[in-house]
Amino acid sequence: MSGPLLRVDDLHVRFPVSGAGLLGSGRRMLHAVNGVSFELAKGECLSIVGESGCGKSTTALSIVGLQEPTKGTIRYRDQPLNGADAPSRLQRAKAVQMVFQDPYASLNPRQSIHTSLAAPLRLHGVTSASEISDRVEVMLNSVGLTPDQAKRYPHEFSGGQRQRIGIARALILEPEVVVLDEPVSALDVSIRAQIINLLLDLQEKFSLSYLMISHDLSVVEHMSDRVLVMYFGQIVEEGGWQDIFEAPAHPYTRRLIAAIPKPGFSSDEMAQKTDPTPGLPSGRGFVSDGSNAPDVFVAPAPSELVEFAPGHRVRLSPAD
Amino acid sequence: MRLGFNFWLGALLTLLVVLAGVLAPWIAPFDPVFDADLMNSELPPDSTFWFGTDGQGRDVFTRILYGAQISLTVGIVSQVINSLIGVTLGMTAAYWGGWWDDLVNGLTNVMLAIPSLIFALGVMAVLGPGLPSLLIALGLTNWSWTCRIARSSTLSLKSQGYVQAAQTLGYGDLRIMFTQILPNMMGPILVMATLGMGSAVLSEAALSFLGLGIQPPFPSWGAMLTDARQLIQLAPWVAIFPGLAIFLSVLGFNLLGDGLRDSLDPHMRTRNI
Repeated sequence: MSGPLLRVDDLHVRFPVSGAGLLGSGRRMLHAVNGVSFELAKGECLSIVGESGCGKSTTALSIVGLQEPTKGTIRYRDQPLNGADAPSRLQRAKAVQMVFQDPYASLNPRQSIHTSLAAPLRLHGVTSASEISDRVEVMLNSVGLTPDQAKRYPHEFSGGQRQRIGIARALILEPEVVVLDEPVSALDVSIRAQIINLLLDLQEKFSLSYLMISHDLSVVEHMSDRVLVMYFGQIVEEGGWQDIFEAPAHPYTRRLIAAIPKPGFSSDEMAQKTDPTPGLPSGRGFVSDGSNAPDVFVAPAPSELVEFAPGHRVRLSPAD
Repeated sequence: MRLGFNFWLGALLTLLVVLAGVLAPWIAPFDPVFDADLMNSELPPDSTFWFGTDGQGRDVFTRILYGAQISLTVGIVSQVINSLIGVTLGMTAAYWGGWWDDLVNGLTNVMLAIPSLIFALGVMAVLGPGLPSLLIALGLTNWSWTCRIARSSTLSLKSQGYVQAAQTLGYGDLRIMFTQILPNMMGPILVMATLGMGSAVLSEAALSFLGLGIQPPFPSWGAMLTDARQLIQLAPWVAIFPGLAIFLSVLGFNLLGDGLRDSLDPHMRTRNI
């Protein structure tokens, strides 16, 4: 296939927020996502990192169809996923699925695991009972559970097992793109590695493309091919994981990287590094260095992403 | 699945009421209406008239058995209507939001502001007395609390991961409401319905007292209490036994509702094992 699997173009999401006025006079628009564009290739793991409230989760929800974008297009295999020509919920379910952050809230407590996995298949036209139970069984095996556990209810499983069930549910319809919303942040540190390895195995086995939302940079470093750094609704830096982790250009990215605890490594070194990354065009500065929070109720100042090394782009003030 | 003592006590009491109502034509020693004999009026309980006789000389035991039919019908039918209206309005209002939510909220507030007995009286005045209009009147009055509970439960369940997951899996809105949201709020709805059954039995008594409910001479526990008002000092059994019947059946409904809620919750199902 030529071209990217998923293409997001100039995505904007704004929320109306009623202000302090008694009569709702202070109704303002919160700019959650401001012109995010990226592409996701087949078999790739792309991570979006950033602090809470930077718009990374809103971006993810737009892609799975849980949040209608204010502006912009999301295309899957060159077919629009939003706007007037958007497919129905049923049609888009086979393209993009999601693994949720909280494994305790993401499974219906009144449905057995078998029902949770079989109902979507039935909904999508699989009628043969034997085919349904076969596929459920295969999927449970793939995520490291045994088929005899299918009769049980969610509360009988541990957090890690529940997240495996959540992953099985996301994969049961055989989607090509899976959005991982902080897939391990709610889990015990001791089982995070198991889930990460499972996700990597499944990615290879089913040739999945992952879009991972995370603020845990050590997970991102382990899983991602490419990384997007978001700050207040905009992508401030984009590059391969080596670019981002070894040669971060934007001051905000540098501080993020510096915040990863590493034994025997002076974290101040990266944060205080002020020398410009080689290759940056001269005479253009950063619009915001991420040290003071911009006003979320106004559109951000004009700026653009500039590619200064192959595949490595950073947000700079506009050229004169 | 292990059910507690309370559930079994509730089930036993409810079963007793159901059996009394269903088997009344066969087990009742007398006719509830026509075996009136003023020679036998106001007799205390004995081996012939187990619960004594009332002012017209009718057997109180027989009338209580037949009264169970009325009470059960009123309790169950009115609560089914209440729950259907309340759940439908509350769930769709919270799920879809927007103008529909505003409309349902307004309607609920209006209903809560009108005293339910006055509203039922108004409906009865329009429809005329009798059992069918009694069922409609009581079915239309008490849905607002169920509606509120359904709405607030839906609001909190809507943001749960599994509801969002159902959306991304392609479930339609109605399917999400019926398979993901409704089963998870059945507990409080059931408890509301069972509590409501008790209050419906009491409302029926009040309406019958005001002459708008079950018309004499047909037996209903509420109407029997009303009749007993003048006799309470002379023949207390005429009031005590219908009162006990109401008390025990309401208690039974409540215990049954609690037990059902516990057994419907899979958490409770394995916790006791």
